[in-house]
Order: sequence, then C-alpha cells, then structure tokens
Amino acid sequence: MDILAVLIPVSLFLGLAGLVGFWWTLRRGQYDDPEGDSQRILRGDYDDHPKP
Amino acid sequence: MTDTLTNASSEPEYPSLAACPACIATPAAVDRARAAAVEKAARIMLSVPDAHCALCIQTVESDLEKMPGVKSARLNLTLRRVSVEAESGVSADTIAKRLEKIGYPAYELDPGQLSMTETDKQGRDLLMRLGVAGFSMMNIMLLSVAVWSGATDATRDLFHMISAMIAVPTVAFSGQPFFRKAWAGVRNGRLDMDFPISLAIVLATGMSLYETFNGGHHAYFDAAVMLTFFLLAGRYLDFRTRAVARSAAQELAALEVPRAIRLTGEAEEQVPVADLRPGELVLVRPGGRIPVDGIVVAGQSELDRSLLTGETLPVFAGPDLVVTAGAVNLTGPLTIRVTAAGKDSSLHRMADLVAVAENARNKYTTLAEKAARMYSPSVHLLSFAAFAVWMWITGGDVRFALNISAATLIITCPCALGLAVPAVVTAASGRLFRAGLLIKDGSALERLAEVDTVVFDKTGTLTRGTPEPVTLDGLSTEVLAIAAALGGASSHPLAQSLAQAARAEGAIPAVLTEVAEVPGYGVQALWQGQRVRLGRAHWVGAEALDVTAAYLGIEGQAPHSVAFADRLRDGAEEAVAAFKAQGKRVILISGDVPGAVGDLAARLGIDDWRAEALPEDKSAAINALQAQGHRVLMVGDGLNDTVALTAAHVSISPASALDAARVASDIVLLGASLAPLPEAQRVSVRAVKRIRENFAISFGYNIIAVPIALVGLASPLIAALAMSVSSITVALNALRLK
Repeated sequence: MDILAVLIPVSLFLGLAGLVGFWWTLRRGQYDDPEGDSQRILRGDYDDHPKP
Repeated sequence: MTDTLTNASSEPEYPSLAACPACIATPAAVDRARAAAVEKAARIMLSVPDAHCALCIQTVESDLEKMPGVKSARLNLTLRRVSVEAESGVSADTIAKRLEKIGYPAYELDPGQLSMTETDKQGRDLLMRLGVAGFSMMNIMLLSVAVWSGATDATRDLFHMISAMIAVPTVAFSGQPFFRKAWAGVRNGRLDMDFPISLAIVLATGMSLYETFNGGHHAYFDAAVMLTFFLLAGRYLDFRTRAVARSAAQELAALEVPRAIRLTGEAEEQVPVADLRPGELVLVRPGGRIPVDGIVVAGQSELDRSLLTGETLPVFAGPDLVVTAGAVNLTGPLTIRVTAAGKDSSLHRMADLVAVAENARNKYTTLAEKAARMYSPSVHLLSFAAFAVWMWITGGDVRFALNISAATLIITCPCALGLAVPAVVTAASGRLFRAGLLIKDGSALERLAEVDTVVFDKTGTLTRGTPEPVTLDGLSTEVLAIAAALGGASSHPLAQSLAQAARAEGAIPAVLTEVAEVPGYGVQALWQGQRVRLGRAHWVGAEALDVTAAYLGIEGQAPHSVAFADRLRDGAEEAVAAFKAQGKRVILISGDVPGAVGDLAARLGIDDWRAEALPEDKSAAINALQAQGHRVLMVGDGLNDTVALTAAHVSISPASALDAARVASDIVLLGASLAPLPEAQRVSVRAVKRIRENFAISFGYNIIAVPIALVGLASPLIAALAMSVSSITVALNALRLK
C-alpha cells in the first residue's frame, strides 16, 4: 500500500493541473463564442503561419 | 467571391480624414498613428444579425481590419455581434455603413453598455464555479470508488480525509450561488428550490465531516459535490438562454436614438426629445420620424402613419394638421409646433398602457415554479419526519437520525428537477434560434404551447407594409419609361415602388428636365417639352379610383392610373393555413380601412376580421377573448399593436417592427418569412411535453430511492447512482427535442 503515498499526490496534482488549465482557458475567453470557434477552424487563412 | 468582395472594399476610405490628414501621406504614418492610438482605442460593438457561417467571419473581419483606424475586429457567431477595436476617430456609424455595403446590415449597440460586460462576468463566474465543482467531483469520485470497493479502517479514513480536503473548499466556493439565493429567500420569508438545495449540500458536508473525524463508514462528500455540479450545470444553461435573450433586447433598445431638430430663431440645433417644451418649433426632414405631438406650422408633405394606425396609404400633411409622434415624414420638410412632448405625448401614453398590461401578465407561474412549490415543503417534511421517527425508534441516537435525514435530503435529488427545465428550454430555444426565432423570455415557450387563438395585425405583419403595383399591363413602353424616371425622382413609397416595377419590366428611364417635387401632391417634370406629372388624382387631372393608386398625366394624353396593393409577407399564407390546420382560431385585426382588410382576409382564408381598430380596440378584443378562456398569440409590428402585444398571453413581432413593439413582445422573428411561426408553436408544445416527462422521471426516481433512504439502507453509492442516473436521463430526454 506504500504506492498510495505516491499515487494520491500524483492524482491530486493532475486534477489541480486540469483545473488550472480550465481556469486559464476561461480567462482567455475561450468559451465566449463556441459556435464561432467551431466555424473558425474551417478558415483557410493562417494555415501557413499563425495570426500575427 | 471573396476576391471580388475584398477588391470592392479595399478602395481606400478615410472617414476620419479630418482627424489625421497625414495618414494618407505614408503607410508608415498610418502605423505610427495606430501605435499612438493604442491607449485611447475604443471598443465598438455592433449587432450583425445575418452572420451565420465561416465565410461570414472571414468577410466581416478581414474587411473591417482593412478599414483605416481599425485595430482589430472579432465576430462572435454565438451572439451575432462584432466587436471592433478602433481609434477614437472611427464612429460606429461608418463601420455599420461599411458592413452594410458588403451585405451584412449592422446596428450599433449602446457603447456605454455596462450591463453587457456585467453579463459576461456573471457567465464566467458561473462557469468557473461549475469547473471547480466538476474537477473536485472527479477527484473525490476516484477516492470514493476505492472506499466503495472495500477500503477499510485507516485507508478508508485517509481517503475520507482527503475527500474532505477537496470537498469543503469546493462546496464553500461553488455552492455560493445557491447559498446566497436561499438566504435572500429566507429573509423575504419564502422557501424556494434554493433552500432545500443549500440544506442538502450543507447537511451532507457537515455530517460527512463529523463521520470522517469519528472514523464512520459513510461519507457523502461525493454526493454533496455532485449535487453542486449538476445544479450549477442547470443554472448555467438557464443563464445562457437568458443572456442571449438579454443581448437581443439590448440590440433592440439601442436601435433608435431619440433626437430632434429644434428651431430657435434662425438656427437649428440637435436636442434630445426629452428637452423639448410645448410651444417650441421642431423641423422634421423628409424620411425623419416625428418626435412629438404637435401642429404643422409650415410645409407640405405626406405622412406614413402605418406604424401608428395600420393604414398603408400615406396621408396629406399641411399647415394646421394635428400630428402625433411616431409618424414618418415622407416628401417635404415640415415645421411643427410642439403641443406635447415627453411624458404627455401620445407615444408616452401608449407606454403607460403597456406598463399596465405588463403588470397583469407577470402573474404567470411557470412549470418550474409550480414544481418547486410542491417540492420544497414536501422534501423538508419528509426529511424532518425521518429524523423524528428514527430518533424515536433508536431512542435518541442523534447521529444516526441525522444521517438518515441527510441521506433523504440528498437522495430526493433536486438535481434532476434543477436540470429538467433548463435543459429542455436550452434545447428548444436553440432549435428555434436556428429557425429564426428569438425567445426573449423563458416562460414564453410554455405560454406559446398553451395558445389556441392567433391574432394577426395586417400592415407590416401579414403584408410587407410596402405597396406594389397590381399590374403594369395597360401602359406603353413610353409611359413606363416616364414612370420610371418620374417615380425615381420622388421619395414617396408609391412613386418609388412604381419606378422599381417599371424598371423591372425593362423600362429605361426617360430623359426629363425641370424635375420638381411638389410636397403633398406629387412630382412633375418636362418631357420632350410636354408637362408630365405623377401624383394625386385631382392634381394630375384624373378620375380618382377607390383603391390605392397613383396617377400619371402626360400633357395632351388621357391620364393613366396605376392601382397598388400591399404584397403579402413571405410565408403568410403557409402560416395562416398551418395554424388553421392545427385547429387554432385565426383572427385578423387591423387599423386599416375595411376594404383592404377584407380583401386580405379573403385571400388568406381568415373568416374573422376586424378593421379600423384603434390600439385600445385591439387590446380590448384580446382581453375579451382571454376572458372567455382563450389563450391568445398576438403577432404584430406597429406602435398601435404594442398594447395588444403586451395584453396577449404570448406575442411575436418581426425584426422589422418598431422597437417599441419588439420590446413589448416575447419572441422576435428574425427572418422575413412568417413560415416558422406554426413550427415554433409545435416545438413549444413538444418542449412542454418534455418538461413534464422530465418531472415524471425525477419523481419516479424519488419513488424508488426515497423509501430506501427512509429505512436507512441508503449508502453513498446508492445516492451517487440515483443522482447521476436521474440527471443524465433528464438531460438526454431534453436532447431528444432535436
């Protein structure tokens, strides 16, 4: 059962990392326009280089 | 296609030339000016109702970004609005005009819209709480599964302890929306859904904490967090529906800026309508809307009162005519002496009537409210009874009795109830939005489902509100050429429509000289040395017909007359037929003359019609119908319909309607066609059916789960199963609506 001492912190850390990731996407406004984002991937420009 | 669009629009336009004359000189100067403007860049919001696809995003954004002074543009497809970051010299007006040119009509949204950012903030706040609850739920569930599958003693206690460390902060953070609402309810002496929810969450967390510290077997941390998560999901769905509706309402309110031109001595000045006093003079230019009640002092023109009264035909306006606010001035400038402005004007009296009707309507109780009223007291009674009975059976074991009581609260599962309505309303309003209908109020869906009578307005609703020539067959090519040229020279709707129809017949406008508009009469000119006139019958020298008509006189020839009829709005026939097929009673009430109304009613197959109805008559008719127990759907667009729209059980207005009418109605029709209306009614009936089914499902789960909890057999595993299965069933059932 010693493995628990490793696994529990690891799982807590992964959960926390996910939460921080979610917080970051939320702050960046990535849930403001779900419909627009699903259409934006179909755009042809910026295929070769990212938007400046 | 994109290429032509970009080429057409890449011609340099410098609306803000005066602000920055050097900008044209060098492109570098533009860049420098842009860099300098970073600090004072302003955000301009415009509503773009026609944007719907990937190409729209590309067209709108790339075009706007080419505009001088614009830093960046981003189109939000979900809310159908574009947010432009621009230098202070660029006005929303120039952006709107530019968008209009590439085929996307745009409307400015109130720039000082504080509530808009407020809405965004609320949404993000709810989403953040939802996210936190979701991540905690997953982690606690991992630990709980270990306990359920047989962890004992020290391991179990450790897992409970870690769960508590995650759950307590989560509940404290994510549960806040419920705690706050419940507290507000308690202070006002009400018990709504939030109270049992908060009680269940707090009691479950508290009991589990106690059990954890005393090495107990059962901890309900997962249930408490899961409850929070599912209920927050319901709240968020509910919020999104209302946010879209609210943004639409803002768009509508921002469309018209109430300003008037005041004449003081020789000078003209722009003032807010609220500042006008009786006795002052205002100037109304052709094409402008009369802002006040008053008397015409000087000028001759024609007034389009269709939005006020439902009349299709413009009326003549000359000195001493009494005019009311809201009419549109068509041909000549008018000077008007104000008799009533602001609070006293007829417009404002109409608003008062609307407010009265609105108060009467607010009494509607939604299905969710009815369910909550039944649910709240019964769940408290049940849980308290469980506590009391087990205290008696066990002879005063508070810990055991409280455990049962908490389990009962958790397992009665308000999460399915909390999801039952929002999930269905979100699915239904999403479906209706794609069909071109915007629900402004959540309860509108339920009210629409109960409708058994449909009342239509005529002008602008069933018809387009613009007259078109019935036939041009009797006119020679020569006459058509004159009609095209003369009509094009006037801004009168009949003349404009005649010119358009003549051009559509292939007429090439004749060459005219000395073209002059005679306000109130028509337009005249010289054609090959002969006088030609287009206008009123006696002015042209023709025999007046008893239908809407324009008259064309050519010197030395017999005058020609062209009869006009208002064209049907697209889908009007289908909509009326479909409503009748559904067994609804269809009524037409209009302010127009009996002849015109009767004709239209006969064409659409409506037996029940009333003409020359005043605004009060319309609302009285609707009130009479509702007093007989009918549920009325009112469809209208004019100022004269606003009171009726508010009085009706539920109301719809087209997007072309006057803003007052759109504000008064529950649902706005975004497209030009009326065809989606019966479909919307069918969707609403199905939606209400789904809501009822969802209530039945969650009630069914309770019937099975509550006895288990009451006899003390509930374990955290059973609670988690009951909760998630019922919530998921309810959400899936809502999705069946598509």
